[in-house]
Amino acid sequence: MSGTTNIRAVAIAFLAGLIFAAGLTLGGMMDPRKVQGFLDIGALFGVGGGKWDPSLAFVMGGALVVSLLAFGGVKSHHVPWVTARFELPTRRDIDAKLVVGAILFGVGWGIAGYCPGPALASLFTGGTDILWFLGAMLPGMLVAKKWFS
Amino acid sequence: MHPYLISLFSGLLIGTSVWLMLAGLGRVTGISGIAATALTAPKESLWRFAFLAGLIGGGLLFVRLFGTAAAGVATTPWLIVAGLLVGFGTVLGGGCTSGHGVCGLGRRSPRSLIATLTFMAAGMATVAVIRVLNGSAA
Repeated sequence: MSGTTNIRAVAIAFLAGLIFAAGLTLGGMMDPRKVQGFLDIGALFGVGGGKWDPSLAFVMGGALVVSLLAFGGVKSHHVPWVTARFELPTRRDIDAKLVVGAILFGVGWGIAGYCPGPALASLFTGGTDILWFLGAMLPGMLVAKKWFS
Repeated sequence: MHPYLISLFSGLLIGTSVWLMLAGLGRVTGISGIAATALTAPKESLWRFAFLAGLIGGGLLFVRLFGTAAAGVATTPWLIVAGLLVGFGTVLGGGCTSGHGVCGLGRRSPRSLIATLTFMAAGMATVAVIRVLNGSAA
């Protein structure tokens, strides 16, 4: 990222972070009860006595519609507004790391009702809970980075 | 407005953020990747810190505005276990709900489809076990 485009990149990224947080907050995704309520699929079958909350599916669905249009609209001759080129993931293979990582993430997500986005966005509003969670999540990331990259 | 319409609109906002990062910076909005790389390569991560500042600042601002109350669902030891699993698992698996779930599916990536189905299933199984062990809904 060259010097002349840097400030514009920073401004766009900051704005994107703000909009992301607005979506998470408005959709109730900062509330671990709502997230667990979606994952509580047993409630549909009368297991556990809870009530299934489909909110997260609507949030994901809305985000996915825009995402499909956005990524689908990128053509090979396009360049981003403020950087030299698109830097998108290219791997398409399924390996053990992908599946094991997703399982571990899913278990943690189910236990706490937090995934990384809402957890970070809750830094100043989630009380001591979020400090414990993030205080473990960030070292967990560092350990995985150290071992596997 | 119906709560599900609000959820859908919230998703459109998240999608808008993803579109902005793609069109502007040519990047996927994978929050676990952004956070992990900001930690390990801070010098090349100015835009990542800017995104995180917006996300964290926005969280503070919009929770105040919309008044969404959050309540924890786990005790401190379990929060630590969950945090370790989420941090380690998202880096090992190369993404989280945003990177695989929103961006990866948007890119029609088979890796992200498998990852998303897997972490959704693992999360659902985990909550089912918690509910059964607790004997009743929280």
